[in-house]
Amino acid sequence: MGEKPIISLQNIAVSFDGEQILKNLNLNIRDGEFVTLLGPSGCGKTTTLRIIGGFVRPDTGDVYFDGKKITDVPPHKREVNTIFQKYALFPHLNVYDNVAFGMRIHKKSEKEIKKTVHEMLDLVSLGGFAHRGVNRLSGGQQQRVAIARALANDPKVLLLDEPLGALDLKLRKDMQVELKKIQQATGITFVFVTHDQEEALSMSDTVVVMDKGEIQQIGTPQDIYNEPQNAFVADFIGESNILDGVMHEDYLCEFAGRKFRCVDKGFAPRESVDVVIRPEDIDVMEPSEEYLTGTVTNVTFKGVHYEIIVDVKGFKWMIQSTDFQEVGNVIGLRLQPDDIHIMKKSEYSGMFGDYSTFSDEMEEDQSLQEEAEREE
Amino acid sequence: MKSKAVFAPYLVWMVIFILVPMLLVVYFAFTDKSGAFTLENIMKVGQYSNVFVRSIWLGALATAICLLTGYPVAYIIAHSSVRRQSVLIMLLMLPMWMNFLLRTYAWMTLLEDSGLINNLLAALGLPRVHMINTQGAVVLGMVYNYIPYMILPLYSVMSKIDVSVIEAAQDLGADGRKVFWKVTLPMSMPGVISGITMVFVPAVSTFIISKMLGGGGNLLIGDLIDMQFLGSSYNPNLGSAISLVLMVLILICMGIMNEFDDGETEKGGMMP
Amino acid sequence: MKKAVSRVYMTLVFVFLYAPILLLIVFSFNDSDTKSRTVWSGFSTRWYEQLFQDRMLLDALRNTLIIAVVAAVASTVLGTLAAISIDSMKKWKRKLVMNITNLPMLNPEIVTGVSLMLLMVFAARFLGVDLGMGSIILAHITFCLPYVILSVLPKLGQMDPHLYEAAQDLGCTPVRAFFKVVLPEIMPGVVTGMVMAFTLSIDDFIISYFCSGTTQTLPVFIYSMTRKRVSPEINALSTLLFAVVLLLLLVINIRQGKVGKKREVEA
Repeated sequence: MGEKPIISLQNIAVSFDGEQILKNLNLNIRDGEFVTLLGPSGCGKTTTLRIIGGFVRPDTGDVYFDGKKITDVPPHKREVNTIFQKYALFPHLNVYDNVAFGMRIHKKSEKEIKKTVHEMLDLVSLGGFAHRGVNRLSGGQQQRVAIARALANDPKVLLLDEPLGALDLKLRKDMQVELKKIQQATGITFVFVTHDQEEALSMSDTVVVMDKGEIQQIGTPQDIYNEPQNAFVADFIGESNILDGVMHEDYLCEFAGRKFRCVDKGFAPRESVDVVIRPEDIDVMEPSEEYLTGTVTNVTFKGVHYEIIVDVKGFKWMIQSTDFQEVGNVIGLRLQPDDIHIMKKSEYSGMFGDYSTFSDEMEEDQSLQEEAEREE
Repeated sequence: MKSKAVFAPYLVWMVIFILVPMLLVVYFAFTDKSGAFTLENIMKVGQYSNVFVRSIWLGALATAICLLTGYPVAYIIAHSSVRRQSVLIMLLMLPMWMNFLLRTYAWMTLLEDSGLINNLLAALGLPRVHMINTQGAVVLGMVYNYIPYMILPLYSVMSKIDVSVIEAAQDLGADGRKVFWKVTLPMSMPGVISGITMVFVPAVSTFIISKMLGGGGNLLIGDLIDMQFLGSSYNPNLGSAISLVLMVLILICMGIMNEFDDGETEKGGMMP
Repeated sequence: MKKAVSRVYMTLVFVFLYAPILLLIVFSFNDSDTKSRTVWSGFSTRWYEQLFQDRMLLDALRNTLIIAVVAAVASTVLGTLAAISIDSMKKWKRKLVMNITNLPMLNPEIVTGVSLMLLMVFAARFLGVDLGMGSIILAHITFCLPYVILSVLPKLGQMDPHLYEAAQDLGCTPVRAFFKVVLPEIMPGVVTGMVMAFTLSIDDFIISYFCSGTTQTLPVFIYSMTRKRVSPEINALSTLLFAVVLLLLLVINIRQGKVGKKREVEA
């Protein structure tokens, strides 16, 4: 993995119909890296990808490829190729002709084309499918044809726009492994767009978490999970209990009405902070003075573990535990210093409530319903 | 595909061949032979109010007959097997492929005083009936020519009604009659609306049918316009004024129809 | 019981639709003179023979075919380009353009006819020419355009918009991407539009009537024949036209049936 960026986006801003899609985005992608742009729909990740591909021209800012400015270079002259969301295979061509498309445009000899097409089809394990119509392939097979078609063009960078979105869960897992393998074998830089955090964590060298047209955090999957920079990242990646807290001094914070030892430092005295505690880090204990204590309000069996919702003084915590609890049980929650992650307050603070509901939609609908009932 | 150059030729065409002609109609309607502004033409249209009333009455009558007879046809087709459906639709469209003038001419030979129907009646010892050159013949001609335009949009809407919706209604306790009144009919309204427009507009503005089956006595708006442009009383200014009034009238009718529609549904199912 | 009622009803409807046409066909073989059109007096093909010696008719037929081919091709090219640009338009602009496009279709034909006549007469006087083939062709292109646009637009809507980008991504210039990828995709719509334009043009009477000057197309010729009330010749003509249409439809249907079956087997 080289250190010089192969793609560099500098001060990019884009708006469509007066709506700001990207705000002053800066991103360097190193040669040979597997980078994932992760975020909810509408966060600007696909637009970022389309800027690299040349399908969207930024309002301001510039795109550099290998040190050269390519902001105004049209897509067909860029050394990057794209795997589109629904693959965009040409329905009037068969598998072979789809894969050969780019090389024919570039006027390669038919002999060379034949060799490359078969190489590529072998690479994606579709050796026997050259003369099938693309409409007669399964989703996963179409996916792999799209990959072969892009790779046959010998790109320096491959852009993948939610390529696994349409596949079922098991096939998706296989394709994750497959893609990672292809990336390692070819050494091509992959820029992968997804809204699936698990996919992002398991495949990437670097994850770029985006929301509202801005980059929220860039880091390795471990960094992103263990040290989320703000409440948005913490909530978006995995499950988290996010509480308001105060940092009294280095290594000492207060939340839920108690003081806790923690491993964070460098905050101003009495600074308000967001505290993140992952559900799997919480140990269930007998209730005692030592621990936070609450009542179990809901238990769901999830296979690997139970998901337990505990009401602690009105705040619903989520705990993942392998031990079953009865609803109504009073239990203690043990938090150890390295279970507690302290984040600076951000625009996202207070936006993610407790675990009374899981989705924003249900929460909104329920509050509307309550309002309606009050009015009656 | 965003380049403006692609749109330019059509834009030019649209302006020259759609907008300019419309403006010319308006211009002629409000000027006299010397080109001076006048309201005289529009006022004169008032003299022909009996023709307008007759056209609208006959057009509406034909539309109503098309709807009442066409609806069951569409319903029966939509409820047959898929194979039968395509055959029936094909049979329905086949006469439309024959030129409209010839189809109308065919009725002429049938309805004449010495025509086939009368000959048949005579052969059976019944009295001859005068049919040609009556309003009834005009309405018959309209129904015959335009009924497929009623059936096709009705059919295309009905055939798209999800069977599970019908089943849901049955599941909730509706019997056959209730299913029809509460589900099928309301859901086929978009087809009714576009069927009515597609029959009423050509029926109200026809001049061939009235000329061939109505004789000289049952003048319609279309005949009036024809007379001002290519007929005996050449007067394009008056002709334009009548055309303009007809256009506005039809726009108003369609506006009223669209009130019934939610404006959500796309226009009719004429496209094969 | 219900079935029987609907069967009887459908039979009546189809008798109503087909009886006049069948009568026309039968009497096209009638060996009678013009006076008694509806009295059978023996089988003959003399009206057909007469038809083929009619210079005016053959001229009208030739005009009609030339007009239909030119109008169909021109409106297809223009309409496809128009559909492509309309497809990429945003809401209000698209709505405005579509409303204007639909105008010739929604307007009573006679109004479209006279409005085009006013334009053509004006232009012809300006250019010092007469109405004729040129004005008919221009008028036909105009009323065929919305049908082409409306049959191409849905195909563009169904097409994965990324196809066009994918072709560029793989190295096609925008124009090349259109011909290599977009056009093959929307081809069914383009063909449908062209066939519709062709048949509408052949069948059109009202607009040709107002824009033709002294040039005759087949429908205009038929109209003049019905005015004169000479007739079994018209019956013969109707029969021939009907036979041609029937044959064409049968061929198309059989071909479609074959393609459909092939698809079923493949799937």
